[in-house]
Amino acid sequence: MSSDIRFTDFKSDKQPTWCPGCGDFGTMNGMMKGLAETGNDPDNTFVVAGIGCSGKIGTYMHSYALHGVHGRALPVGTGVKMARPDIEVMVAGGDGDGYSIGAGHFVHAVRRNVDMTYVVMDNRIYGLTKGQASPTSREDFETSTSPDGPKQPPVNPHALALASGATFIAQSFSSDALRHQEIIQEAIEHDGFGFVNVYSPCVTFNDVDTYDYFRDSLVDLKEEDHDPTDREDAKDVILDNEKEHQGVIYRDESSVPYHEQHGVDEDMSVLPDGAPESATDLVREFY
Amino acid sequence: MAADFNWAVGGEAGDGIDSTGKIFAQALSRAGRHVFTSKDFASRIRGGYTAYKVRTSVDKVQSVVDRLDVLIALTPRTIEENLDELHEGSVIIYDGERTTMQDVEIPEEMIGLDVPLKSLAEEAGGAIMRNVVALGAACEVAEFPIENLDSALEKRFKDKGQKLVDNNKEAARAGQSYVAEEYDHEFDYDLETTDEDYVLLNGDEAIGMGAIAAGCRFYAGYPITPATDVMTYLTGRIERYGGHVVQAEDELSAINMALGAARGGARAMTATSGPGIDLMTETFGLIATSETPLVICNVMRSGPSTGMPTKQEQGDLNGMLYGGHGEVPRFVLAPTTIDECFWKTVEAFNLAEKYQLPVYLTADLSMAVTEQTFSPETFDMDEVEIERGKVVDETTIDDHMSDSGGFQPHEITDDGISPRAFPGTADGAHMSTGLEHDEQGRRTEDTEMRVEQVDKRNRKVETAREREDWSPREFGDADADTLVITWGSNEGALAEAVEFLDEEGIDVRVLSVPYVFPRPDLSDDVAAAETTVVVECNERGQFADLVEHDVLERVDRINKYNGVRFKADELADDIKATLAEGVEA
Ligand SMILES: Cc1ncc(C[n+]2csc(CCOP(=O)(O)OP(=O)(O)O)c2C)c(N)n1
Ligand code: SF4
Repeated sequence: MSSDIRFTDFKSDKQPTWCPGCGDFGTMNGMMKGLAETGNDPDNTFVVAGIGCSGKIGTYMHSYALHGVHGRALPVGTGVKMARPDIEVMVAGGDGDGYSIGAGHFVHAVRRNVDMTYVVMDNRIYGLTKGQASPTSREDFETSTSPDGPKQPPVNPHALALASGATFIAQSFSSDALRHQEIIQEAIEHDGFGFVNVYSPCVTFNDVDTYDYFRDSLVDLKEEDHDPTDREDAKDVILDNEKEHQGVIYRDESSVPYHEQHGVDEDMSVLPDGAPESATDLVREFY
Repeated sequence: MAADFNWAVGGEAGDGIDSTGKIFAQALSRAGRHVFTSKDFASRIRGGYTAYKVRTSVDKVQSVVDRLDVLIALTPRTIEENLDELHEGSVIIYDGERTTMQDVEIPEEMIGLDVPLKSLAEEAGGAIMRNVVALGAACEVAEFPIENLDSALEKRFKDKGQKLVDNNKEAARAGQSYVAEEYDHEFDYDLETTDEDYVLLNGDEAIGMGAIAAGCRFYAGYPITPATDVMTYLTGRIERYGGHVVQAEDELSAINMALGAARGGARAMTATSGPGIDLMTETFGLIATSETPLVICNVMRSGPSTGMPTKQEQGDLNGMLYGGHGEVPRFVLAPTTIDECFWKTVEAFNLAEKYQLPVYLTADLSMAVTEQTFSPETFDMDEVEIERGKVVDETTIDDHMSDSGGFQPHEITDDGISPRAFPGTADGAHMSTGLEHDEQGRRTEDTEMRVEQVDKRNRKVETAREREDWSPREFGDADADTLVITWGSNEGALAEAVEFLDEEGIDVRVLSVPYVFPRPDLSDDVAAAETTVVVECNERGQFADLVEHDVLERVDRINKYNGVRFKADELADDIKATLAEGVEA
């Protein structure tokens, strides 16, 4: 890996159209820095993005990338990684994209433990469609489509992940730049599915889950007596509804990623000119 | 001596009907006889009538007929269901000791052979082998050398131990000698063997084999009848060639995984049936817009909605041609025979990569679940060519850069095809998106660029029309006044129907069209004919509509949509009836 890669190499020449002050700027910076710091370059990186303000990230980054359909970024990332274990895969999307329309895929991507990093830019609102409740919105959060609040408790993505057999669960805050980058790097370096929920405030539609709110309420697990390798400890943090945490919540150090478990380690883009030599055997099986 | 022999075993789902039929079909094909099988089954695992039918001849057989010579009936309903096809002298083998068969009445003009299948099986080592006892009895009736059955039993059971193989051989002999000793009928059959060595496979298997031969490395799917066999076939095999199969959580995931693998540069495929295609439609648009090569196999069954999941239909043509919002180019290939399932799959991968678009490969239930014998040379791997299209590497990528230095995966070209760079290619990093984009793949709403990109994508179709051979397959009498056009799995029945008609002095010319889009220009053919009839398994005549649209002329139609495939003799009658109506009018 070339050491002269800088994080700006991961920047595209498109100017982000995010609202000034949007948390997604910080989330993206941390991702680019994390990729550069872990020795990746744009030509060996594949970024899959969902749909939403958050999903625009693929446009603003420079790498091999796919901007998919709403909610299906994880299956795309899974396909890329299986075909190309040699490529660094990062998947990003919003809380609506990941925990609402794509919730089913989230559970299954977690249990497959494919070696990729999944970054959810959680602003507890639908940004791109202009401010409806998202699955992480508070029960009493008033929006145009939920005048009295969604009247349902928010999903707990970390709990969902832990219950689905996650091998890496983390939480970060986009404006705490260094910490955020550090956590993203840990997720990239993790052998398996590295899941990071990032508090990424929406300054336009969410006046409750603001920068100030997170800054004031966040408890850093690094400063707590937290052992991320202990599943019970992780469970306690995840089910603690009183506090907002940042840091690595859980890490399974014995994690073996999907491609190693199942021997999916070939670069599938390389093909012979004709049918594989031994394919002739296939016909004989029908005798 | 009958030229071809029609045999069936039927009973309740769970009676082992499938494996019994398969063993007999294998025995015949290993004895150098041609075989064509078909299945009647209901959408349940236990209970419900099910049958496995085998038609065999020393000549090629490629369809079913309305005739049954020997029937192994494990339930009374098996006889009822097949009464139409049974004829004078048909033999019905049954076990009169079985409770449900005790009061069964064999029609007078037929020959009932009451064979204590279960008791004989128990003597040979286990009641479970009663179907094999019946197979032995059938061998005696058909004068088919029982050694061939032995060889099929060996293939089937050798992994489970020699003892089991021996017991089964003994069970078969018990059935054989019971018939020989207890009955003194003279049967008319004599199933000769030949020195040929045939392979026996169904359409789904041929598609799976074609995919491996074509270098498909990644398959993601979600089980659905009748496409599941494609996944079953690939599972455990594709790994031998460096590939991988994922059973995804749903079709949405399956097609998106396949898309991801294709963007990674792998040849990728997914297969499903109607309801799954509906779920995949949103991503289909993305695949087309992002110009990703992907093979999407639709093994059609009877719709709409969950319709009749285990029944035949060719009703998804319009869906594949027009499904999805907006307008995106796609190719639709429809193999017309089981061997063509193999070759069209290979072609589908080549077309997908050469033109960088999604290719629908569509088979139908009848083709997917029926087996047919072929000479192994039919699937000659040396004939497989792999064409990957405009893939650029480090040395060629420089020719495809924008002025500002970015790679242009959607470069506007005369033939509509742009360069493609796999991840890992230096300086090739780029974005693919379902949003309208410029040549570099960056989102745009620029009106001129929008038009240029739409035109560029569509230009591929024109290029393909010029560069590829889209000819239909032709048979029958080239000079006949009657032209019959078909697509999909009806070709076999039609080929035999043509022979029946020929015997009656009626000449027809047949065009069997494996390309739905782009499709061959049939206007001269239709113009040269007095009558044109389009044969297909749906109610509307979706292919007939296309032909009419192309030739600006009304055509006759033969449509079948009761869930059952065309039979050769029935189709011959339908064609006669259509011609007669035409004359009266
Ligand atoms: C199938 C489908 N349904 C609905 C939409 C409209 N849509 C676009 S983004 C979005 C929600 C995005 O919310 P979130 O994932 O939280 O991302 P954010 O914009 O807040 O970053 C919706 C509903 C769509 N594009 N596709
Ligand atoms: S609407 Fe919210 S999430 Fe979207 S760009 Fe603006 S601040 Fe960011």
